Amino acid sequence: MTKPHALIAEDEPLLAENLQAELERLWPELEIVANVRHGAAAVERALALRPEVVFLDIRMPGMSGLEAAQAIAEDWPGDGAALPAIVFVTAYDQYALQAFEHSAVDYVLKPVQPERLAQTCARVQAALKARSSTTAAPNHAALEATLGQLRQLLGAPGLANGGVAAPQPKLGVIQASVGNAIHMVPIGDVLYFEAADKYVRVITVEREYLIRTALRELIPLLDETRFWQVHRGLVVRADAVATAVRDDTGKVHLSLRGHKDKLVASRLYAHLFKAM
Amino acid sequence: MSGEAGSVRIASMSAAPFGLTDPEVRAERRGRFWMRGLRSIGYGALIGLLITGLTGQTFWITMIHSMCIAVLCWFFIDLGRVPAARWKHRNALAGSPEADSNWPGWPLMLVIVVVGSLLGFTVGGTLAEWLTGYSAPGYLRGSLKQTVALVFSSLVPALIITYWFYSREAIAGHEAAAQLAQRQAAENQLKLLESQLEPHMLFNTLANLRVLIGTDPPRAQAMLDQLIAFLRATLNASRSASHPLEAEFARLRDYLALMELRMGERLHARFELPAELAGLPLPPLLLQPLVENSIKHGLEPKVEGGRIEVRASRDADELVLEVRDTGVGLADAASDGTRFGLTQVRERLATLYGARARLSLAPCTDPDGGTIATIRLPLPASTN
Repeated sequence: MTKPHALIAEDEPLLAENLQAELERLWPELEIVANVRHGAAAVERALALRPEVVFLDIRMPGMSGLEAAQAIAEDWPGDGAALPAIVFVTAYDQYALQAFEHSAVDYVLKPVQPERLAQTCARVQAALKARSSTTAAPNHAALEATLGQLRQLLGAPGLANGGVAAPQPKLGVIQASVGNAIHMVPIGDVLYFEAADKYVRVITVEREYLIRTALRELIPLLDETRFWQVHRGLVVRADAVATAVRDDTGKVHLSLRGHKDKLVASRLYAHLFKAM
Repeated sequence: MSGEAGSVRIASMSAAPFGLTDPEVRAERRGRFWMRGLRSIGYGALIGLLITGLTGQTFWITMIHSMCIAVLCWFFIDLGRVPAARWKHRNALAGSPEADSNWPGWPLMLVIVVVGSLLGFTVGGTLAEWLTGYSAPGYLRGSLKQTVALVFSSLVPALIITYWFYSREAIAGHEAAAQLAQRQAAENQLKLLESQLEPHMLFNTLANLRVLIGTDPPRAQAMLDQLIAFLRATLNASRSASHPLEAEFARLRDYLALMELRMGERLHARFELPAELAGLPLPPLLLQPLVENSIKHGLEPKVEGGRIEVRASRDADELVLEVRDTGVGLADAASDGTRFGLTQVRERLATLYGARARLSLAPCTDPDGGTIATIRLPLPASTN
């Protein structure tokens, strides 16, 4: 077995240094290939370096550890390389702890206790070993297990949407400004929503609109039985989907009724599309 | 923390002598309405006794006349009060104490009392005549006498009784409001403590401290001292009414030093406190929630971090306190906060300074961007 690689993402410099030092002491074979300060850098470095283990702080500027984990899982190349083992690091978060327990994702609490970190290392080592011994089937079960954990984590109340657990009234109409006019777009006319930087593209059969609401804030306002999130940046109206075709990498290609756009659902949401 | 620039609205309790409302209070009000009706029959009986004693009229006829007039006077006056109050407060904000008030104010109330007792006198008199078969007792014959009787048997008692009811209910209303305020104050204090001793902040700070103990003991000691000062100030804040501006800045320095250690290069703090303002009194940790907001909503979400500036200055007879950050700004700040911090600062200002203090929040227009929170307070008289 080759030397395992690890990535650390932690926004507080002292804590990042310390985690690296502790890991080097507890697990000398582990090579820390990157130590970054925010979520977006974690995703970029993880996809470029393909480490076997990723330590993610939950609260980081720009993109949270959870969002980074989702992005890594969704954009991880489908060439057979196994998804990294993800360990979340958090100081305190009432929602996170519950969610971690439920989804069986490994986590470490700050201040990091060496004994606890040693346990985590042992667990990750065992997982990596199990993985390398079953090289024949390309880790299908392991991948599904990891995706299942992430799915559970993302669906946990209050965690993904930053602590707003209360149900909110659903939107009936999207108000989009075009020039100096506000267009009132009935929610049933929307084919899909797509995140575009700070905006969200709203696509209907006739045209598309831009609204200045983050997708993350929009999702709780949508009826989840009607509008399905199929990717971290994509929400589609379920009855606007005509066909769904799964490819070898686990992604699902969607065609729409009355619209030429083709959409791709990520592996995390592929389970939504199955025959009754 | 989405863009809410504006001044403080003063919670006014004095304008609502009949208490603040919800369904329970409404039911209670209805109960009190009928109690006043019963009492007014009693007052009518008293007036009847008085008239019998003074004029020697037939006892039971006078009593029935007096009680009928009294109860109808009450009925018209008390019933007229509610729509009058609605009309008077028709422009009040929904949910404000004014909108819930059933008191139209004295000028309007005087009109209602005059009209109500005139109506009560006429209708009550007619009712009594129908009940007893006797028209108004002898002393009421003749237009001058009738006017005098009207004034003394109805109008004056109506005024006195209205005033009596008003002051009783005003006292009850004030008591309820005071209890409510006390309860809210206790809740706020708890929430304030919870927000300041935010577990996430505390554990991250301790995690840093743990690292420093191993790598840099003198710095660890300095950090521990700052944490101790911060904790002590937080726990004491609710116990003292004021401390000098200098002390406020020292506590903010402790807090920001802790944050600087945690955020490293991503946070730079600056302070400006002119020496002549250093001794001015300020409610303890008034600025703390503003500084926390700047960190939490402005700088923490920003990948490259930025600057936070805390300034005190004097503008004519006002003390101006500013907390400015170069963070993501109001528009991009996630609106997940409960706005507790801002509300809490506003409430403290309103309680202590009334309308003379203001808190505003605005985007910074210079190239560095971010948000600026400004508090304006009246300077103590001695410094003018």
